[in-house]
Amino acid sequence: METAFIITILATAIQAGAPVIYAAVGEIFAERSGILNLGVEGMMLVGAVSGFIVAVNTGNPWAGVIAAMLAGGLLSLIHAFLTITLHADQVVSGLALTIFGAGLSSFLGQNYVGVQGPQFNPIHIPVLSDLPILGPILFDYDILVYLSVLLIPLSAYFIHHTRPGLHLRAVGEDPATADVMGINVARTRYIYTFVGGVLAGLGGATLSLAYTPGWTEGLSGGRGWIAIALVIFAFWEPWRAMVGAYLFGGVQALQFNLQTIGITIPTYFLNMLPYLFTILVLVFATGERMKRHLGAPAALGIPYIRGER
Amino acid sequence: MNTPTARQPDIAVEMRDIVKRFPGVVANDHVTFIALRGEIHALLGENGAGKSTLMNVLSGLYTPEEGEIFINGEKVVFHSPRDAIAAGVGMVHQHFRLVPTLTVIENVILGLDDPKFRLKLEGARAKIQSLSEQYGLKIDPDAFIWQLSVGEQQRVEIIKALYRGAQILILDEPTAVLTPQETEELFRTLRSMAEKGHTIIFISHKLDEVMAIADRVTVLRQGKVVATVAIDEVNKEKLAEMMVGRPVIFRIEKPEIEPGEEVLRVEDLHVRNDKGLPALQGVSFVVREHEIVGVAGVSGNGQTELAEALYGLRPVEKGRIFLYGRDITQASTRDIIREGVAQIPEDRHREGSVGNMGISENLIMKHYRRSPVSRGPLIDWGYVRDFARKLVKRFNIAAPSIHTKARLLSGGNLQKLILARELSSEPGLIIAMHPTQGLDVGATESVRKQLLEEREKGAGILLISEDLDEVMQLSDRILVIYEGQIMGETPGEGADRNEIGLMMAGENRSGTGDTSLQRNTSNA
Amino acid sequence: MTPTPSSSSHRLPRLSLERRLTSPWWLSWVIPIASVALALLAGALIIASQGVNPWEAYRAMFEGAFGTGYGVAETLVKAIPLMLAGLGVSVAFRMKLWNIGAEGQLWMGAWAAAGVGLFLYPAWNLPPWLAILLMMAAAVVAGGLWGAIPGVLKGVLQVNEIITSLMLNYVAISWVLYFVDILWRDPGGLGFPNTAPLDKAIWLPKLTWIPFLPKGHRVHAGLLIAILAAVFIWFLLNRTKWGYEVRVIGENPEAARHAGMPIVRNIILVMILSGALAGLAGMAEMAGVAHRLQRGLSPGYGYTAIIVAWLAKLNPFGVLLVAVLFGGLLVAGDQIQLTMNLPRSISDILQGLILFFVLGGEIFGRYRLRLR
Repeated sequence: METAFIITILATAIQAGAPVIYAAVGEIFAERSGILNLGVEGMMLVGAVSGFIVAVNTGNPWAGVIAAMLAGGLLSLIHAFLTITLHADQVVSGLALTIFGAGLSSFLGQNYVGVQGPQFNPIHIPVLSDLPILGPILFDYDILVYLSVLLIPLSAYFIHHTRPGLHLRAVGEDPATADVMGINVARTRYIYTFVGGVLAGLGGATLSLAYTPGWTEGLSGGRGWIAIALVIFAFWEPWRAMVGAYLFGGVQALQFNLQTIGITIPTYFLNMLPYLFTILVLVFATGERMKRHLGAPAALGIPYIRGER
Repeated sequence: MNTPTARQPDIAVEMRDIVKRFPGVVANDHVTFIALRGEIHALLGENGAGKSTLMNVLSGLYTPEEGEIFINGEKVVFHSPRDAIAAGVGMVHQHFRLVPTLTVIENVILGLDDPKFRLKLEGARAKIQSLSEQYGLKIDPDAFIWQLSVGEQQRVEIIKALYRGAQILILDEPTAVLTPQETEELFRTLRSMAEKGHTIIFISHKLDEVMAIADRVTVLRQGKVVATVAIDEVNKEKLAEMMVGRPVIFRIEKPEIEPGEEVLRVEDLHVRNDKGLPALQGVSFVVREHEIVGVAGVSGNGQTELAEALYGLRPVEKGRIFLYGRDITQASTRDIIREGVAQIPEDRHREGSVGNMGISENLIMKHYRRSPVSRGPLIDWGYVRDFARKLVKRFNIAAPSIHTKARLLSGGNLQKLILARELSSEPGLIIAMHPTQGLDVGATESVRKQLLEEREKGAGILLISEDLDEVMQLSDRILVIYEGQIMGETPGEGADRNEIGLMMAGENRSGTGDTSLQRNTSNA
Repeated sequence: MTPTPSSSSHRLPRLSLERRLTSPWWLSWVIPIASVALALLAGALIIASQGVNPWEAYRAMFEGAFGTGYGVAETLVKAIPLMLAGLGVSVAFRMKLWNIGAEGQLWMGAWAAAGVGLFLYPAWNLPPWLAILLMMAAAVVAGGLWGAIPGVLKGVLQVNEIITSLMLNYVAISWVLYFVDILWRDPGGLGFPNTAPLDKAIWLPKLTWIPFLPKGHRVHAGLLIAILAAVFIWFLLNRTKWGYEVRVIGENPEAARHAGMPIVRNIILVMILSGALAGLAGMAEMAGVAHRLQRGLSPGYGYTAIIVAWLAKLNPFGVLLVAVLFGGLLVAGDQIQLTMNLPRSISDILQGLILFFVLGGEIFGRYRLRLR
């Protein structure tokens, strides 16, 4: 009973963490380039709904994934255009993106609520998936979960050990210097804001095509915001974002499974858990940051205009 | 000093009829500039004369509206610094272009495309080490920039340019951040580079320096070229006149006054910086009425933290601060302002003013709590307008109205606004940090005159400045700070530049400092 | 809107920006109006995609919101919570505190007011006017405290207030729904999740004296509260020492620190004030319109308030005006849902579009664009 419960919790945590990993890593890329995109929630929603619509109409969940990534990416370009080219306030533009995305997703999805669509199923790996304990914890997921795990080392390596990663860091820390050194600041920021949108869209698709297949209004339920909080918790490092995402997944898993071990708390309070947890994590991370003097990318949120202080 | 053997008369850089405008100003007005291969060419002018703009054009950062550029006789058009680098032009900016969170190697290879994807750094490390040996620029390639001293960062900047094969090296006010000894070392490096055939363009507004290092000099004034002359054809006075457009008096009048009572006493002050590391480690000194005490030192040795601690902006870890004998160590900024301490902050825009507010609203930032500016919880805006008009007139702030936004003011006018605000409350103690930084000669003179007037009226002034000339000209006593400690004290009158330089580099003469503190104590 | 990185290419004509030192007076009017017009143009495409003639839809929307006395009244009803919450948000934004928790603060205000109205009022046998004042006070306290949480976290621990205030929205709504669905649920409510109605005596009175509005309109005293609140906020910000501090801190916190202004204290106070105003919005909606606590009490007023505050350039009287326009947009959204069979979300999309275009348009006020 106890082990079964723990296995369920761990397995659900990894499952529930996947969409948040995508969104958080995407936001890490955007913020590393100096662009704060608070529109993650909106991009996830639009990604989720367009992924679902395309998957339903083509019968192919992969087509849905691609559509979701494109939709998230396109939406992020609005933010990029406003903040990079027109120097609009990044906070307000991101909020606008979330409001717009929420409206757009419910508009697009009006005829898809409650519709059954194709979905990604857990991949059954012979022998491995059947292992006791380890099987369900490590080898019983759909492909999007595995890809999310793979994304972590790839993005960490990219950021710290490649030339484009070096330029990404430079642009987010000190765009004026990057500019003088011949790096195209605007282009770099466009690229990584787009990458952020693509990954947020993918996170949305993970929700609507795998984790909770189907579409309902407001499907992401604040996960976009939680992803942004996890970026702060993660000190802009993919590895820590993964840890944060699984912690969040664990809290969700508890929320769904506490009743099975006889703990009865009104669902209203269980529903608060992920959000309270996020606040707590943020408080903890902020304290840690102050103590260790770890900063956000120095140019985060500040428009770059050549020759202006 | 000159080594004519290495000289060839070919032209390395020719800029013809360059025009660069910014909204409201013509920064470069048909400027023609020629620098030869193997020479050290100084570009002299006041702040705002257009020197940096011209060199930013040459380094590809700005695109000129008119004019042509030739490098080694070939016409070039630079769209970006990358183009300029490809043509062999490298620039060391006054504010270093280094990313603090990256290492030396990472900064050096920033923006290049070798290695293309995977960062394999062995090749770069070897090349940096060889450059560093060749030119005597000692540096640890794997250190993070934030760990380096200012002098070391400058070396990284020079290596960065050489790494890219720069034949033409532009340095923008390179000595502003160095000790006199470090400056000498830099000059040696520059001379050896010139001998190897590099062209060095040296931007400066300091005459002594230009006389010491340059082969030829081009003087700019208000965006136009005054003249280009060989250094042996001119002297300091002549250069000064060309630069300012009128004869300049180098000495300022500073009447002898006996210092009065003790205003500020600092005992064994310990303070930490933003990173939590010790910034001040046992600083003690005294400032008296009618006295300017200068604090000299290379930036980043605790000056900022000292000013902040005295102003209640930074917690004191250990030690005590007394104002007129009263302990203000734990006092809030608000209380310290009320006790009559004025501050001319380091950064006029960031700390000293609110860009989007009008002059009048900026002028009451230290007065708004008290009658007659406010009555009870309310501000009397009618009074504020009169108050502002009076100050604008008295301090000669040039602006269309008292509601003009502070960000639209020139550097000199903004500094006048800050002086007007700080001095109008008749302070007993003035903490002035880099009060003339970035100002032109006229504004500089007027600021210095104001400070001397306050001294005559009886204020004690703590003058923190990286400009050694300024500290030596104005101060009655000079303290030299290094790594958060006072290395020693000398009287302002007849101070030995070399001696101060050694202390700025960390040579401890605090034996004298301690006795002087005791002497002051017995005086007071 | 094809994004073109401004400096990607060297040979094509380049978009370059020049800072304006002064801008002509008409610019500050023309730009927002043109921006909204363009946003509506973009929205027309979305409406057209539904097979509806956008111009007819817009005409129907305008007539629905402003064309009839009934429409105007409903527009004002929807504007009241937007005004109050918008004022709250604008006060926080003045100090660059991104309080996006107005929605949660509004719910907490409604909840506390409902508690007073449903339980204290009958239990203590209060006179109705006192009960209404107490409901207002309770909403101010509850909303203020809910705003104080991100305020304290920000001021004392420097925790990002955007995320904390938003997370608290979800927490607040869960909290209130627990009461609506379970603890305070009206047993006679025919299975609808809501509380019993308030006693009629403590409803916010209808403003029956307003001329031109049809009989039986729902415009209530919340409108007066909102107007008073705007005057109060304007006075506070522009005439008092405290307001001066808030403005200086908002524009340049470092300069404020050097002037000895109490930043932490003011962060907390401003967040309390901001939350209190949003809480009042909840009280007004509960006691003036719904007359009970129920699911769906706010269709996201707290989020729309963010747009309202921003478009009003944080000016309190501007907030009143823009709130009426957005109240109209909400009414119009309901209208076209009924008459033209368009989804309600059209009005959310329009809100987002308007904000995008106004944001994008701002640059033309600050910069001159040059093609080179």
